[in-house]
Amino acid sequence: MRRFLWPLVLFLVLVGFLAVGLKLDPREVPSPLVGKPAPAFQAPVLARPDARIARQDMLGKVWMLNVWASWCVACQQEHPVLVAYARQPGATPVYGLNYKDQRDAGLGWLQRYGNPYVDSVYDPDGRIGIDYGVYGVPETFVIDREGIIRYKHIGPITPATLRDTIEPLLRKLHG
Amino acid sequence: MADTRPARWRLAGAALALALAAALSGAALAADAPPAAADPVAEARMMAIAAELRCLVCQNQTIADSHADLAIDLRQQIREMLAKGMDEARITDYMTERYGDFVLYRPPFKASTALLWAGPALLVVGALAGLFTVLRRRQRLGDEAFDPPTPDDDDPR
Repeated sequence: MRRFLWPLVLFLVLVGFLAVGLKLDPREVPSPLVGKPAPAFQAPVLARPDARIARQDMLGKVWMLNVWASWCVACQQEHPVLVAYARQPGATPVYGLNYKDQRDAGLGWLQRYGNPYVDSVYDPDGRIGIDYGVYGVPETFVIDREGIIRYKHIGPITPATLRDTIEPLLRKLHG
Repeated sequence: MADTRPARWRLAGAALALALAAALSGAALAADAPPAAADPVAEARMMAIAAELRCLVCQNQTIADSHADLAIDLRQQIREMLAKGMDEARITDYMTERYGDFVLYRPPFKASTALLWAGPALLVVGALAGLFTVLRRRQRLGDEAFDPPTPDDDDPR
């Protein structure tokens, strides 16, 4: 009996590995930035070209940075979730990073689909995006009072990720 | 049919095809021309670094090969960092700080990558050990174990 059991065990182990492999999304690369200070930036605000916004301005509050662009289809899919979230009383401020976009296109997009952002950082050449290790828009960062990145989400935020992952983390950070 | 045509025509046709191919490939190259290929030495250094980095958008391509926007941006970034006098190691560090060891086609050997590096060797050793035990066990069996079973040969187990 034993010698028939061994191949079965090996087969089940293999099936286990393959089953886990099926669930993994190769596009989700763990970011080395989680647990590190959010990279510094100092850039114009999308809606007000003469105003600037910097990472230092955010110190002392918990905030989220959502990377978006008007050309990004998945951002449209995620957008209603953010708009609904930002409307809630006591919601954590969400800032946008308008990534590799044109000002007019970005502003028009916000007008059409709603604007959940306190402000959007304008990053037309994607330099801030590179500093944040952005490779697939939309991406969302949760940043704590000390300016440390606590969580990064790649791809559109669904109501489920917001409810099960992001909101519990935010409650913890608000303490 | 073709053989009845004068050789001159065929030559002209071939020349035309060649010219067309050259023009087309020229156009294709022109479309991909990097924005600042002023210095071929720096460009070669940039491509050497980019060839070691994985493009995160199309993950089976290097940043040197990929046509993704991100890869184009990162090539530009490498170009500028080289122009500032940074060396290869600094630039590779810069990329791993942002995208992790995953961007390196040759990741460093450390605790989190130990299985990746040692895995194939472990599999070979395991397979050889298995083969060895099976062969040893068979060697110790008597000749009768290899006789074909007879119809009334009941398994005692």
